[in-house]
Amino acid sequence: MADKTIDRIARATPPGVAKRVRGLSDRTIAWLFVGPSIFLLLAINIFPLIWTIRLSFTNFRVNRVNAPIKSIGLRNYERILSDPDIWQTMQATAHFLFWTILLQVLIGFTLAYLINKKFKGNDLWTTIIVLPMMLSPAVVGNFWTFLYQPQIGLFNYVVGFFSGIDPSSFSMIGSINLAPWAIVIVDTWMWTPFVMLICLAGLRSIPDSIYEAAEIDRASKWRQFWTLTVPMVLPFLMLAVLFRGIENFKMFDLVVQLTGGGPGSLTTLTSIDLKREAFEKWRTGYASAYAVILFVTVFGMASIYVKALNKVKDR
Amino acid sequence: MRISKFLISTAVFAMSVVGATSALAEDLTVCWASWDPANALVEMSKDFEIKSGNTMHFEFVPWPNFADRMLNELNSGGHLCDLMIGDSQWIGGAAENGQYVKLNDFFKANSISMDDFLPATVTGYAEWPKNTPNYWALPAYADVVGWTYRKDWFNRPELQKQFKAKYGYDLDVPASLEQLKDIAQFFQGREIDGKKVYGAAIYTERGSEGITMGITNALYNYGFKYENPNKPYDIEGYVNSPGAVKALEYYKALYESGTPPGSSDWYMSENIDAYKSGQVAMQMNFAFIWPGVNADPNVGGDRTGYFANPAGPAGQFAQLGGQGISVVANTAHMDAALEYIKWFAKPETQARWTEMGGASAMRSIVEAPDFPSKKPYNKAFLKSMSIVKDFWAEPSYASLLLAMQARVHNYVIAGQGTAKEALDGLVKDWTEIFEDEGKL
Repeated sequence: MADKTIDRIARATPPGVAKRVRGLSDRTIAWLFVGPSIFLLLAINIFPLIWTIRLSFTNFRVNRVNAPIKSIGLRNYERILSDPDIWQTMQATAHFLFWTILLQVLIGFTLAYLINKKFKGNDLWTTIIVLPMMLSPAVVGNFWTFLYQPQIGLFNYVVGFFSGIDPSSFSMIGSINLAPWAIVIVDTWMWTPFVMLICLAGLRSIPDSIYEAAEIDRASKWRQFWTLTVPMVLPFLMLAVLFRGIENFKMFDLVVQLTGGGPGSLTTLTSIDLKREAFEKWRTGYASAYAVILFVTVFGMASIYVKALNKVKDR
Repeated sequence: MRISKFLISTAVFAMSVVGATSALAEDLTVCWASWDPANALVEMSKDFEIKSGNTMHFEFVPWPNFADRMLNELNSGGHLCDLMIGDSQWIGGAAENGQYVKLNDFFKANSISMDDFLPATVTGYAEWPKNTPNYWALPAYADVVGWTYRKDWFNRPELQKQFKAKYGYDLDVPASLEQLKDIAQFFQGREIDGKKVYGAAIYTERGSEGITMGITNALYNYGFKYENPNKPYDIEGYVNSPGAVKALEYYKALYESGTPPGSSDWYMSENIDAYKSGQVAMQMNFAFIWPGVNADPNVGGDRTGYFANPAGPAGQFAQLGGQGISVVANTAHMDAALEYIKWFAKPETQARWTEMGGASAMRSIVEAPDFPSKKPYNKAFLKSMSIVKDFWAEPSYASLLLAMQARVHNYVIAGQGTAKEALDGLVKDWTEIFEDEGKL
């Protein structure tokens, strides 16, 4: 594969360039240009991946550099896959992913649809809506812990005002029923604007002439929406889902700030659990196996998804 | 490993004998947490700079990131820190992994005696293995979990009357954990000066070590032991003893009936905020916060009282906090670092340390006849320091700690399973960790 690339670059190099550099062929010059990139790719991505896979079969601990590294076969993998706590974190992550993506797509698309209508001040509204995603997740997490405070939090006050429930009688981040939703709400608040912007780009890429033709054909607004707008925005929406899925799979800072993974282990996502194993318990071999399992899961899901995305694009 | 330890010890001894004081104009860095006592240390160290000619630098990290940052530094063999004021739990790992310098020979050569320090702090901050005369640190900051209470609320005649009528005894400093729960429940949801208040702020934090540092104050007092006193790492029946089960149930009941709503992830700073803002009648916290509470315009002075963690059915104990100061093994300034330890161990330095906002563990300071009356909280501090117990200081303490955090938070805060199941689960986790470590 690399050879073919080099040959292509060599062929594309203007004739005579190599001759000007004494003693170097076109192929050598091509290697000089491409070599550093290939080296960096191997050093930064491929080598750590191979090293992680190797460590995953050992009992290595990074804080015991003097201890001998023993090969333990598939023991780390067996332990992870038979640990109910890890399955719980997987479940918590899946719950978080599903609901955040669903809500963000629904609300983001709706907002984009509304903002796309030409009305006075829509630029200002766009700016206001995208503000949350410009903040740091750690700041947002800290900010929302105050909003969720039963005694002084605005969120509880608003819920209490409209529902008549005593604001101090429920705790969003302390209750096992509400804590998962507390982080879904915050993530949706923060990242829906991102989905909205992508959808907006999709909506604005649809030429007006298509709608004009549909009007001439007397297609209703509802029909236009389902047969023109949705299919044409779908690739953009799928791209937004891919981005948000990847981002939320590795969600860490916001949840740590909001709930610390609690109550109990209810909001401990895989990224939090992996960090604890690797950098708090220092079980490097075990954490490597954990990371490999997550990598395979994400890689597999992403591959299937990208195939589907390409199909939709090619339609 | 053994050779390197031997070489380090020999080097330390040789340098201390040849004359550590001859070190000149070195740049020394002390690593610690970022908090008020650290600022006092900066001020105090100016004296060392003048006397030694060395220049002091400080690397302070906020508490939530302290362990992550500093353990990374030690594990990666970094050269940032020459001296480390590390948590008591780190001693085992730092000693076994050759990250701290063993100080026995240095202490001997410089007539620094561990008998001069409170025994609990020597065991907690300096020894590894525990209860053996192998010293890896000098006790630097004595700390322990204790309680503050709203003395002004407790003294209100109408509240005293109501309390007596309800519980049959006087509203005062609780003599037992059960009484503490009664008091917390008495204040829970009560209106005082037109404001709704709550019983107590207790440790419930999930992410780092919070709930463990809180719940051990009940566990110890109900009979929980880390291991069989006659057989190390034999934990079945000790960690999950019937008393320990009762302690967990107690803490859960206290959390559910006597703490502010939403206090499901609270540690030191949240408890301070709740207390200083007049939200709670009592506060569980490390003693380092007491000077700040005493000086606070809203709750300080006569409005606050202090007491040691009350007794339970199996005795009176409290969770040890605090740190020792160690020399990092790969420092490039070994002699100057040891010189700092020597200066820090001097009685006059220790006296100044306590005056400036530190907390000396030196017996001549804290056992002086006038010490208890010097500050309103000193009596409670002394009592607390005499009843301390500490968490595992094993090299695998982090795994042990995180397992306990998860198990007790699941039961106490999330209400999942029973207390017995939580402790049986903890026994399972800890056994697995000790098996991995080759201790079982």
